[in-house]
Amino acid sequence: MIKKIITLFLILIPINSYALIEVDITRGNLDPLPVAVSPLSIDEQSRKSFEKALKKKNIGEEISSIVENNLSTSGLFNPLSKEAFLQAPDIANLKPRFEDWNLIKAQALITGKVNYVDDKLRVEFRLWDVLAAKEMMALAFTTVPSNWRRVGHIISDKVYERLTGEKGYFDTRIIYVAEEGPKTQRIKKLAIMDQDGFNNKFLTLGNELVLTPRFNPTSQMVTYLSYFKNLPRVYLLDIETGTQEVVGDFPGMTFAPRFSPDGKKIIMSFAKDGKSDIYTMDLENRIVERITNHPSIDTSPSYSPDGKFITFNSDRSGYQQIYIMKSDGSNVKRISFGNGLYGTPVWSPRGDLIAFTKLHKGKFYIGVMRTDGKGERLLTENYYQEAPSWSPNGRVLIFYRETKTNDKGEGFTAKLWSIDLTGYNERQIKTPTDASDPSWSSLLSN
Amino acid sequence: MILSKIFKNTLIVLTACIVLSACATKKEIASDIKGSMQGDVYTGTDTVEYLAEGVPDRVFFATNESILTTASRETLRAQAAWMRKNSSINVVLEGHADERGTREYNLALGERRANAAKDYLMTYGISSDRITVLSYGKERPVDSGSNPLSWSKNRRSVTVKAN
Repeated sequence: MIKKIITLFLILIPINSYALIEVDITRGNLDPLPVAVSPLSIDEQSRKSFEKALKKKNIGEEISSIVENNLSTSGLFNPLSKEAFLQAPDIANLKPRFEDWNLIKAQALITGKVNYVDDKLRVEFRLWDVLAAKEMMALAFTTVPSNWRRVGHIISDKVYERLTGEKGYFDTRIIYVAEEGPKTQRIKKLAIMDQDGFNNKFLTLGNELVLTPRFNPTSQMVTYLSYFKNLPRVYLLDIETGTQEVVGDFPGMTFAPRFSPDGKKIIMSFAKDGKSDIYTMDLENRIVERITNHPSIDTSPSYSPDGKFITFNSDRSGYQQIYIMKSDGSNVKRISFGNGLYGTPVWSPRGDLIAFTKLHKGKFYIGVMRTDGKGERLLTENYYQEAPSWSPNGRVLIFYRETKTNDKGEGFTAKLWSIDLTGYNERQIKTPTDASDPSWSSLLSN
Repeated sequence: MILSKIFKNTLIVLTACIVLSACATKKEIASDIKGSMQGDVYTGTDTVEYLAEGVPDRVFFATNESILTTASRETLRAQAAWMRKNSSINVVLEGHADERGTREYNLALGERRANAAKDYLMTYGISSDRITVLSYGKERPVDSGSNPLSWSKNRRSVTVKAN
C-alpha cells in the first residue's frame, strides 16, 4: 500500500563515466566527503503553485535541505555552506562550472529542478563528480506534491547508493513507543515517523500500556505488545487501516514479538508458570508451533534474514546469554561468552552480525558480534540503553537510552539514538515526546 | 489424594527452606548497613501496603532472582491465611523488575517472580483459580530513583485484591 502512494517514474539516463569518488563506509569516517547540494531550481509559476498547494515558499530549497540533512547525519558526507556557491542553481543543473565548485572544495555536486506539471511534482536531479568533471547520475520522477519529503529522501538514497555502492536508508520510517508522564506511571503510545523525525503520528491513544512495536518486511504491519484489558498479549496492527487483532489464543502473557523475514509468521515468547518459551504463529493458517521448551526464560527471538536460524536470549546457563538455533528449535548453541549479561539479540539484515545489549559492571552497552559469537565489538556505553534495531542496509543501529534520575528521583528521560556500525556518528533522533523501543522499517521505495 | 498432595508440597517447601537458609546465612554476613536491605533484597516497609492488619501486600527479590526470602515466605503465609479466611476474595499477583535489565527479559522475570509467590500461596492451600499472575516487567516502578535502594523496592511481587 505504502509503495502505491508514491508513483515513481524513473527515467534513467545511462552513465558511462567511471566513478572517481568513492566513499568507504566500512571504517569510521572522520573525513566526510565534501558535497555541494545546490538548491533545486524552480520557475516562478511552479513555485507559486507549490506555495499554494503545500504552504512552502520554495519547495526546491525545502527538498534540497532534506537531502543536505540526510547526507550530513549519515556522517559520511559534509554538505558545504550554500553561501559559498558561485553558480546559480538553474544554470548549474544544465552545466556546472566545475572549476567554481572545485574552488570551494566540493568533490560531489547535486543539482536539479522542480516543476509543477498537471498537479504533480516533477523532479529531476543530477549527481556530478567535480574532480572528474563528469555526470555520475541523472534521474527524474513524478509524484503527488504531498510526497515532497519522500522525494528528498529518495534523492538522498540514490546519491548514497551511487557514492557508497550500498543501498541507502533515508526513505524509511521508524515505529516506536512515545512516552509521557512520571516514571512510575508512564503513558505509552505507538508512534510512527519518518527516519529524520518528521511526519510524526501517534497510532494509539495511550489508554493502555504498549511496548516493543516491530515492522513486518513490507513495513505495512506492526506487531507489538499491548496491555489491553490488563492482559499483556501480542497484537498485530495494520498501519493503513488501523485494524488491530490479538495474535493467537494463549492462556497467559505473550511478548517479545517479531516477524519472520517472509512476513508470514510472528515469533514471540509465551510466559507460563514462571517459564518463558519461544513460539511461532503462522498468520495464514493460525497454526502455533512451540520452538523452545526449557524451564528457563527464553525470549527476544529474532530470525536470520534467510529464515533458517533464530537468535534469542535465555538464562538457562544461570544468567541471560545469547543463543542461536535452527528455526525448528534444534541445535541450540550459546554464542555469548564474554563477561556480563547479554540480551536483545537482533540479526543484521546482511546476515553476518548480531546486535545486542550487554550489561557489565553496572553499564549498558550496544554491541555487535558475529553469528558464531566471535568478534564482539561494543559500540557505545551508557547508564542505560538497549534494544538495537538495524537500518535496512545494516549500517546503522537505532536504540533507546534512559537517563539516571537525581537524588529526588527526578530528571528521567528516554530518547532515541543512532550509531554507525563503525562505532562513530552517534546522534539523538528528535522526537516530540520521550521515546523508546524503536524499530526501523525497510526501504519504502526501491 | 489431598493428603499426599499436601505432604508433597510440604516436602518442596522444606527443601526450599534448607536451600534458602544456606543462602541466607551467607547473605546475613554481608548484611546491608543501611538497614533496609539485606544482601540486595529490600527489607524496609516504605512502600508496603496492607491487605488486612498484619498482612503485608508485597514481597521483595534479589537482583535477577525469583527466590523467596524467609521474610517473603512469612508475608505470603500471612496472605494465605487471610485468603483462607476470606474465601470469596481473589487476587492478582503483579510481578515487577527493576530498571537495570532489558525490557523483554524483565517481563519474563516479573512473571517468574509473581509465579514464585503464587506457588507458595498454593502450598498453603490457596487454589490457583483464585490467583491471576500479571507481569509488568520494569514498566511500573514504585520508586523512580536510580540507586540500589530504589531498585530493591521495585523488584517485587504485589498481591492485589481482584474483586
